[in-house]
Amino acid sequence: MVLELCSVSVEDISWGRKTILDGTALLVHREGLLAAAKGNDHRITSVKAFIARPGESVRILPVKDVIEPRVKVEGKGGMFPGLISGVETVGTGRTHALRGCAVVTAGQVVGVQEGLIDMSGPGAHYSPFSRTLNIVLAVNVKYGTSPHEHEEALRLAGLRAAVYLGEAGRNAKPVDVERFEVRSPFTPKRGNADLPGIVYVYMLLSQGLLHDTYLYGQNATSLLPTLIMGTEIMDGAIVSGNCVSACDKNTTYHHQNNPVVRELFKRDGIDLRFLGTVVGNCNVTLPAKLRAAQYGVKLVEFLCADGAVITKEGFGNPDADAMMYCAGLEQMGIRTVMITDEFAGVDGASQSLADTTPRADAVVSTGNANERILLPPMEKVIGDMRVIERMAGGQSGSISQEGITVELQAILGATNELGFEFLSAREE
Amino acid sequence: MAKEIERAGIPTVHICTIVPISRTVGANRIVPAIAIPHPLGNPTKPKKEEKLLRKALVEKALRALETKIDEQTVF
Amino acid sequence: MKVVHYLNQFFGQIGAEDKAGIEPVVKTGPVGPGVLFQELLGSEAEITATIVCGDNYFAEHIDKATEKILAMITDYHPDLVLAGPAFNAGRYGIACGAICAAVVSRLGVPAITGMFAENPGVESFRKTVYIVATRGTTAGMRDGALKMARLALKLAKGQPIGPPGEEGYLPRGLRKNYFAPETGASRAVTMLLKKLKGEPFLTEYPMPVFDRVVPLPPVERMSEVTLALITSGGIVPKGNPDRVEASSATKYGKYDISALQRLTAESHETAHGGYDPTYANEDPNRVLPLDVARDLEREGIIGRLYPYYYATVGNGTSVARAGQFAREIATELIADGVRAVIITST
Repeated sequence: MVLELCSVSVEDISWGRKTILDGTALLVHREGLLAAAKGNDHRITSVKAFIARPGESVRILPVKDVIEPRVKVEGKGGMFPGLISGVETVGTGRTHALRGCAVVTAGQVVGVQEGLIDMSGPGAHYSPFSRTLNIVLAVNVKYGTSPHEHEEALRLAGLRAAVYLGEAGRNAKPVDVERFEVRSPFTPKRGNADLPGIVYVYMLLSQGLLHDTYLYGQNATSLLPTLIMGTEIMDGAIVSGNCVSACDKNTTYHHQNNPVVRELFKRDGIDLRFLGTVVGNCNVTLPAKLRAAQYGVKLVEFLCADGAVITKEGFGNPDADAMMYCAGLEQMGIRTVMITDEFAGVDGASQSLADTTPRADAVVSTGNANERILLPPMEKVIGDMRVIERMAGGQSGSISQEGITVELQAILGATNELGFEFLSAREE
Repeated sequence: MAKEIERAGIPTVHICTIVPISRTVGANRIVPAIAIPHPLGNPTKPKKEEKLLRKALVEKALRALETKIDEQTVF
Repeated sequence: MKVVHYLNQFFGQIGAEDKAGIEPVVKTGPVGPGVLFQELLGSEAEITATIVCGDNYFAEHIDKATEKILAMITDYHPDLVLAGPAFNAGRYGIACGAICAAVVSRLGVPAITGMFAENPGVESFRKTVYIVATRGTTAGMRDGALKMARLALKLAKGQPIGPPGEEGYLPRGLRKNYFAPETGASRAVTMLLKKLKGEPFLTEYPMPVFDRVVPLPPVERMSEVTLALITSGGIVPKGNPDRVEASSATKYGKYDISALQRLTAESHETAHGGYDPTYANEDPNRVLPLDVARDLEREGIIGRLYPYYYATVGNGTSVARAGQFAREIATELIADGVRAVIITST
């Protein structure tokens, strides 16, 4: 099972008469994009589209999701199976990814848990989406649409727009072709048997309405941990439906480009054997958490793993799930490393996690999300500035002449717990 | 919070969903709740039944407060 | 720049233990180890005064001595204050730490001291002042002074301070962000392979050890006591009048329920940003069980329900902040005769 993930380079975006990739310049036909985003969804009353480029004095908030435009050019299935295309298994054949650009859904959004992206200034050091050419969609829905329907309408509009833009890359010549091969964990490549076998434990924040992640279109809330191939993850099998704090929300873009999967593939056969990925959720009851962790640990053990990387999404109660996985695996003699962010207070003097276990002796920190940052005013705001006071990481009085003071928590992807960023925290 | 109020001298019971977190932060009397979005309720049940469920949980919490313990205890 | 140096009676060349009771005195220019410091600081800084105080005097009159010494320091308008180093001398360490802390917080002037890691002054002051790690004895004078002088100049010039290992100060127990040379994912895989090979690795977050409180004796007659309700589930009156934040709460609310039999979707809602609010907004009693508490009060099972409830948001709110809320709330509850508390969390 081989996936060839091809990078198609996008270095500029502008509006055009039709949607086409001209060299590395993506021309977008605005009406075509808007029609694609809206689709046949009668819940959507209007969609507006904006372009935000790195270095511009632009602030986007509140942000719901970010998606990388891609197109399947060979092999089974289509983009975002179960939601946009059929449910056929993905992860083989050839996929073109439009590198350097992203679809960002913003505007009137469910709940208060969304975040911001600054395209320049100090905040731009913290979000990967400050470095992408963004097509921003502001989506409005009918008055009275329930939060669940609203979230779904926005999620699907973003995915449709990404598929629409991805089509422009169908016939493009890739600048880079990466080949990812999945082998059965029980038939190791000859000569590799002495390398340590590593399993990736991939916790999806999926707890019910508004905190959801989709696996082949199915809400992971009702999922018992299961196995998935790394190439399926890379090929759009996991989609975010989450309305959670921005700093450690795993957007669809993060899932498409999961850095742990990439890292394990990169080293597969060199200094480790990548045995597979166990996806699970972090549910809202204690029995559900225990069930998921125990079932997941069993799968890792079944794969004959020597070690496991555990990642999470969100903070607070998901800390408990992560600790259960960690303690369970370590008890089985399977060595773990956990990636987490910290909530150590504005001054960094508080305890960082809601739950702990002495067995978690190897932890990678992706930074203290409570640390504050002053964001200077931007010339243009896409979305709604007043939302900042109610946003997680903001507080009343956040808006001043000099700009806004927020915790990193409010910046999309700042302390991503898949380890997407360079940010970390240490004791000083 | 439970730990600090107990330290200040008032017996405290913590009704919470994720018991391990409550253990970690040091509550002494812990009563497990139903689910994170509805710790003292269950929206799938009829209103009357749901209230009985809630009452049972609060009564359990009161019993916890009336029980002598020597260490962290989950009721 | 002008520098004031603090020393005890021994290093201040007044005398040994028999002189430990002397009150603070000012000497002009550098004294004792100050001469070495002056050499290390170079021409950029001048030690204009040295304040000397007996260790016993300080230990026995901490507040008074701190005030006196602070006043003496203020007279010289220094740009920087040095204290010690105190090596492993406990009373001297406390004095150096207390003076530096007062200088930093009240004069806004950078201050620095040096101690052996096990000096009791370290635990008391490492979070508020930079304490350079020294050896346990005066044999470490030159090395300690060198590190102190280097860090002191950086602090006084407002230059960025690196991590403890690089700058030579003792870790302050504060989590600070920095950009690592590799991504988190790459660091994780590298750390895991080291762990599997049995090679040394450094966790980026050592698990904390939580303190515990001995359980209080049980409530004896519930039917006679006043019980209070507290929630970290963010239940607030509709419209969130105190604007309690959706996460990382900086405040809590105290709300009158004396006239209410139950909470309703019209009267209350949740401000918590960490969980799906649908169910709590539909029926806030699912988080703060006022309806059944009133029933139990009517039935005589609870003596009386406290006429207010307290609410904050537990979402991303630091343990230290939550503890501070709880201490403030407990003070009020004790004053009002509350004898039992139920806390509900989501």
